[in-house]
Amino acid sequence: MSIINRLAAFELDVLKEVGNIGAGNAATALSTLLDKPVDMAVPKVSLLPFEEVAERVGGSEQIVIAVFLRVEGESPGNLFFLIKEESAKGMLQGLLSFDEHSSDGYTEMELSALCEIGNILTGSYLSSLADFIGLSMAPSVPAIALDMAGAILSYGLVQYGEMGDAALLIETTFLGDGQALEGHFFLIPDPESFDKIFKALGVGSE
Amino acid sequence: MIQQSIIKVGMADLNIATEGAILKTTGLGSCVGLALYDPSRKIAGMAHVMLPSSEIAREASINLAKYADTAIPELLERMAGAGAAVERLQAKLAGGAQMFVMAGHSDSMRIGPRNVESCLAMLHSYKIPVLSQDTGGNFGRTIEFDSDRGMLMIRSVQYGIKEI
Repeated sequence: MSIINRLAAFELDVLKEVGNIGAGNAATALSTLLDKPVDMAVPKVSLLPFEEVAERVGGSEQIVIAVFLRVEGESPGNLFFLIKEESAKGMLQGLLSFDEHSSDGYTEMELSALCEIGNILTGSYLSSLADFIGLSMAPSVPAIALDMAGAILSYGLVQYGEMGDAALLIETTFLGDGQALEGHFFLIPDPESFDKIFKALGVGSE
Repeated sequence: MIQQSIIKVGMADLNIATEGAILKTTGLGSCVGLALYDPSRKIAGMAHVMLPSSEIAREASINLAKYADTAIPELLERMAGAGAAVERLQAKLAGGAQMFVMAGHSDSMRIGPRNVESCLAMLHSYKIPVLSQDTGGNFGRTIEFDSDRGMLMIRSVQYGIKEI
């Protein structure tokens, strides 16, 4: 994993700023949707063993709702927007006045609404990122899943599997409505994207 | 009742169990959880396979447990070392889902079905019978293999618990 071992502290900071700009715009979008303040944690950039990636959202078996976009273009990668169920229910009630229902599970309408929220947030994440870096990023149509975090996130790690047992990810957490709404963005650029990102930003590795 | 000990198998990892211990791996998405079992000696092995073939590997030192074509020989060796006989082994497998369906995307997005195909081909080449499998679909699975009873327990969010 030569690219990643070479990363200097300065370059890690650059990647943090990348996460900051994307998530900052997404948090603003969410705040507008909710009409409530939304706080954001300082982004984390880490090279994590596969086993630990899902630990960041509560473990491999934690049930989460995930909106996934495959990013194509000049710096391809995978983008996940993950929320736990309590936050999802909170969003549905707060934003869209869906009735609280006692049964488990979600109607097609509710999942579609969550997917659209994810689409808006990830869209603003990516477009601000593309503007900042100056590289084209074309997201796929978003897909939504309600499943175990380990099963979902491993889907974004396959590109790393060929070259090691760890992945570099840019993670941002935000909190809205006190602590009631918590969401996570995971941007996992493909390994070959890092050089392009640094080059576009004028951060030479040479 | 004696509490059965649980041996965890991580992602791209493998392990063996004897004396009634349970092998467990969590959060299988496109990965395949493969269990091998020697019923007469009650020796079980499990691998959490992430990719179909080591031919695509670009890493310097290969993690054998990660690829279907290297994990199965390694697991066989470990099990034989513990006293299992290859000709008695039976296989059960689960996982290999396609978590997200994306139209018009590259082959890497079909990784789940390819993992299953590759595992089945390897098992066939060793003439190990596949007793049962629960593969494919678009959902994650957690599996536990009981080395005492030789049963594979599969848990998923949508379909609950079942045993094969």
